[in-house]
Amino acid sequence: MTDRSAGDEVRADGGESRPGNAGHDEWLDALADGDGYALVCPDGHGSLPPRRVCPDCGSTALSREPLPETGTVETFSVVHVPSPEFADDAPYVSAIAEFGPVRLTGVLRGVEPELDAVAVGRSVGAGVEERATDGKPLVVFRPVADDA
Amino acid sequence: MTEARVAGVGLTHFGSHPDRTGRDLFATAALRALDDAGVPRGDVEELNYGNFMGALAEHQGHQAPLMAEAAGLDCPATRYEEACASAGVAVREAVRTVRAGDADVVLAGGMERMTNLPTDEVTEALAIAADDLFEVRAGVTFPGAYALMASAYFDAYGGSRRDLAHVASKNHENALPNEYAQYRREVSVEDALSAPPVAEPLHLYDACPITDGASALVIVSEEYAETHDVDAPVAVTGTGQGTDRMALADRDHLARTPAADDAAAAAYADAGVEAADVDVAEVHDCFTIAEVLAVESLGFFAPGEGIRAARDGVTTADGDLPVNLSGGLKAKGHPVGATGGSQIAELTRLLRGDHPNSEHVADAEVGVAHNAGGTVASAVVHVLEVAE
Repeated sequence: MTDRSAGDEVRADGGESRPGNAGHDEWLDALADGDGYALVCPDGHGSLPPRRVCPDCGSTALSREPLPETGTVETFSVVHVPSPEFADDAPYVSAIAEFGPVRLTGVLRGVEPELDAVAVGRSVGAGVEERATDGKPLVVFRPVADDA
Repeated sequence: MTEARVAGVGLTHFGSHPDRTGRDLFATAALRALDDAGVPRGDVEELNYGNFMGALAEHQGHQAPLMAEAAGLDCPATRYEEACASAGVAVREAVRTVRAGDADVVLAGGMERMTNLPTDEVTEALAIAADDLFEVRAGVTFPGAYALMASAYFDAYGGSRRDLAHVASKNHENALPNEYAQYRREVSVEDALSAPPVAEPLHLYDACPITDGASALVIVSEEYAETHDVDAPVAVTGTGQGTDRMALADRDHLARTPAADDAAAAAYADAGVEAADVDVAEVHDCFTIAEVLAVESLGFFAPGEGIRAARDGVTTADGDLPVNLSGGLKAKGHPVGATGGSQIAELTRLLRGDHPNSEHVADAEVGVAHNAGGTVASAVVHVLEVAE
């Protein structure tokens, strides 16, 4: 199915509150519902919405593909000096994890915020939780048991 | 095509000037550059001005006319913004303008005012160089992004915090004699290792400071220099720019900087030189790991080998290829929108022989400046050569 954000009429907030970020907002809602997806072109390049063209090859034939349930941590950092929006979240683990055709950036919870508590290659799931500082939605990774 | 020459350079002291306006800082640098060049301000045909966060720091957009006025210039003025590479692109466009024959004299540089904001607001302001939807809202800070690159580098190639501490220590030592530098004090490897964490694996001395400052260069055509008897012994012989995906997560490799690879390749080809010809470099060490990534992108070291360069003494002042003799962003300071101009000003002084560290590169003929924006979604590289 073609990404609905390609339609100019899409309104992520239903017109009720402040203008949102169409495409991104519904992607975040889907991730929160356990239905996270990537946009994938016929050549298999993945990207995240809103997108009108594949940034790798320029294809406009983007379809939604479900994200795998488990991703892999590719890199991480323990953030001690946060921006104001994360004042009450710090220290926290910032991470990039690969989920099939895309990488996601988020906060890794469920581990101590220490370098030794995390490792590249760790298996994680992705969802949406509240930022501790202001309750706004945040992409969160949580460790899952590695496939034995 | 005419050759672009650096006729004059001007810098403010880089440091904490919380009460000085941006317009005053830039005017200081511009007047110094014009004085250094011996070029009358009425000959300046364009102003290319770099600035990143002035709308946040000073509630001031539309800064180019303001800066032209402050510098006493009566000419078209344009602001360039490419995050921390803002002045780099401003200089690049000045070089292209002069080479194209559209102007004989362009004043290029930049300014950033930062210390008037509290630290958390500066952190927030710098973060806007990242992707707001997918990085900033996901908790990525500016140091945090480079920490992600450092972790990825260690995982891919090895290396340690101690290797990075040698970069910090080297650049602080280089800054000692530099009158424009923010921090003119030694930082030992042990000092760097024991500093508090900012975004692990990066600690306080892995990070550049928050800095106010301005830079300015007078770029002229070779013909202008000759006909007006202007002493301009350093030529900008190569310019290159690279652009990558905005978000770090979307890059081909988390521990490499392809935009800088592209910028370096273009600049070297433009100048007709190779990495092996370079005698001295000023690179964008906003964090210690950034210097490592820069010297690899510039082709001085293979990927995975730049991490040892400072520790092994290759890039120290007495090494084969001194890097950041100015002190770098790390110790000289990083007023982000001014940095790209400052690097070329320092490199020009080093090549002319009037920099306090020129003695370390007395025979140098080829210098390279590497300026990066964000997590190197933008990169600008310039090659400077002694022409006379």
